[in-house]
Amino acid sequence: MRAPSPPRLTFRTRLWRAWDSDVAWSFRHSPVAILAAAMALTLLLSAVLAPLIAPQNAFDAASLNLMEGFTRPGEPSAVTGRVFVLGTDDQGRDMLSAILYGSRVSLLVGFASVVFSIAIGVSLGLMAGYLGGRTDAFIMRIADIQLSFPAILIALLVFGIARGLIAPQYHEQAAVVVLIIAIGLSNWASYARTVRGSTLVEKNKDYVMSARVMGRSPFAIMGQHVLPNVTGPVLVIATINLALAIIAESTLSFLGVGVPPTQPSLGTLIRVGQQFLFSGEWWILLYPALDLVLLALSINLLGDWLRDALNPKLR
Amino acid sequence: MIAYILRSLAQAVMVMLAVALLAFSMFRFVGDPVANMVGQEASLKERAELAERLGLNDPFPIQFANFVRDMTRGEFGMSYRQGRPVRDLLMERVPATVELAFLSSLFALVFGIALGVYTAINRRGILANAVMSLSLVGVSLPTFLIGIGLIYLFAVELRWLPSFGRGDVLKLGWWSTGLLTETGRKSLIMPVLTLGFFQLTLIMRLVRAEMLEAMRTDYVKFARARGIPERSISFRHALRNTMIPVITIAGLQFGSVIAFAIVTETVFQWPGLGALFVQAVQFVDIPVMAAYLMFVALVFVVVNLAVDLLYFAVDPRLRGTTAAAK
Repeated sequence: MRAPSPPRLTFRTRLWRAWDSDVAWSFRHSPVAILAAAMALTLLLSAVLAPLIAPQNAFDAASLNLMEGFTRPGEPSAVTGRVFVLGTDDQGRDMLSAILYGSRVSLLVGFASVVFSIAIGVSLGLMAGYLGGRTDAFIMRIADIQLSFPAILIALLVFGIARGLIAPQYHEQAAVVVLIIAIGLSNWASYARTVRGSTLVEKNKDYVMSARVMGRSPFAIMGQHVLPNVTGPVLVIATINLALAIIAESTLSFLGVGVPPTQPSLGTLIRVGQQFLFSGEWWILLYPALDLVLLALSINLLGDWLRDALNPKLR
Repeated sequence: MIAYILRSLAQAVMVMLAVALLAFSMFRFVGDPVANMVGQEASLKERAELAERLGLNDPFPIQFANFVRDMTRGEFGMSYRQGRPVRDLLMERVPATVELAFLSSLFALVFGIALGVYTAINRRGILANAVMSLSLVGVSLPTFLIGIGLIYLFAVELRWLPSFGRGDVLKLGWWSTGLLTETGRKSLIMPVLTLGFFQLTLIMRLVRAEMLEAMRTDYVKFARARGIPERSISFRHALRNTMIPVITIAGLQFGSVIAFAIVTETVFQWPGLGALFVQAVQFVDIPVMAAYLMFVALVFVVVNLAVDLLYFAVDPRLRGTTAAAK
């Protein structure tokens, strides 16, 4: 049996309601949030649209001209006379294109690993909170252990184990998936904790009681009744974790255990750029680093704002 | 209090056993231990003999018990990649990492508490606000970028400090130290700053928040009413009461110091455990990975125990309640 659904809203009233909501109001009145959102959106769009707007395909070795290597940013190449806005690296790869394609990989790994850890964390948190007892104790104990170990260490371990299990010839192809799993597995505990907490509150409310009286199975209650009511805090953690995941990906790639140099992420680009720091080719390092910092900073600022906006206590 | 310590100890042993189980599963199930030890040419008979000798045919609990026994004796097997006992590799690299981690924690603790108290007392000061906003930017910067930035400034541009390695080290028995030579001390500066920076911001923010909290309490108001000098109130009354959370966080942070040491050591090519671990992950050198895991777990457990005991030293109220509970 279903509750009678509310009358359908027209698109315009919905738009008006979204515009008039508290969160939107607080967004309109926070210059920092607007700036951060604009920056994050720009970086996100430029990464998604990289194949359309990048001057060259950074992953295609055939489009590189070795003679154009180490061209300084904004100056014409000594050999071909072409101008590269952000310069080129040792192989003549246009840095702007490399960064656009690189942030695509970074963002893909970041988003996918956050989705992965939400899936694990939320379902375990729901189960711990709703079922209680031994299940609860077991899940939360693992979460405690997980939280007390640094995420980067867990990610490295998962990465190493995955490498041991996958045949060497597939390492390059599997790198991105392995990274997503490694980072995702190292971050689920904070979701599980939060969701467990909210579930404990929701579980004793009348609507859950009535669903139980109607004889719905525990998993249906968790998924269809409790879940929609515990998603608020998850969103906040997800935003902040997105920045953490992007930094984790770039750190792993910087350490040389992330994506291979043939399809570089921002971390790989920084790793490559570090080699040329001493010989004065600073742009190979600086621009990818700048992109990474701006990305992490803008997402962090958005996360901070969202946390304050959704928390009625701070109003 | 003794019951409390015993309970902490029992928990510590449980954690170590759990981690040992994980390390053991890595040994046993990731790749084939026999194939990793003999070459491609070994005959089936030789392989079977080696499997028997390694005890791979024993029941699982017995294998695990043997594994734990070897671990407590410090026998971690041979590195697949370097062909040397893992124990020697670890012993060689422990001093570098311990020196780095210890000095950076000290740096973070001293400056973190000082800056935290300063920003809490001068809440509206320009300098305090500048420090606070700088710390926000610092949190968003990945560790390796801070390291690279320092290298660019002090090694490439100014040429004051060496950019990699430990410099000259002195051997004191099996321990090697960079503290007694000039190049060794110079080499330590940048890695210590890099590793300590994140902790510093964390401790500073914590001390500041706790101090502001303490400043609002009745005992501070009362101390003010008694005419006790402001300096004495800040340090002898307020700061003392902020120490419990600071010790907890600083202790728990020691784990992340070890983790960030992985990154810092790679940036500065520091010959420590973290760099060893990264290499082990790259080449799937399971014995080294397992040994490193056990080492980190041990550090964790010991630090957590120490933190538990420090509570009693710092907070007289705890001593009182446990005595009363008896």
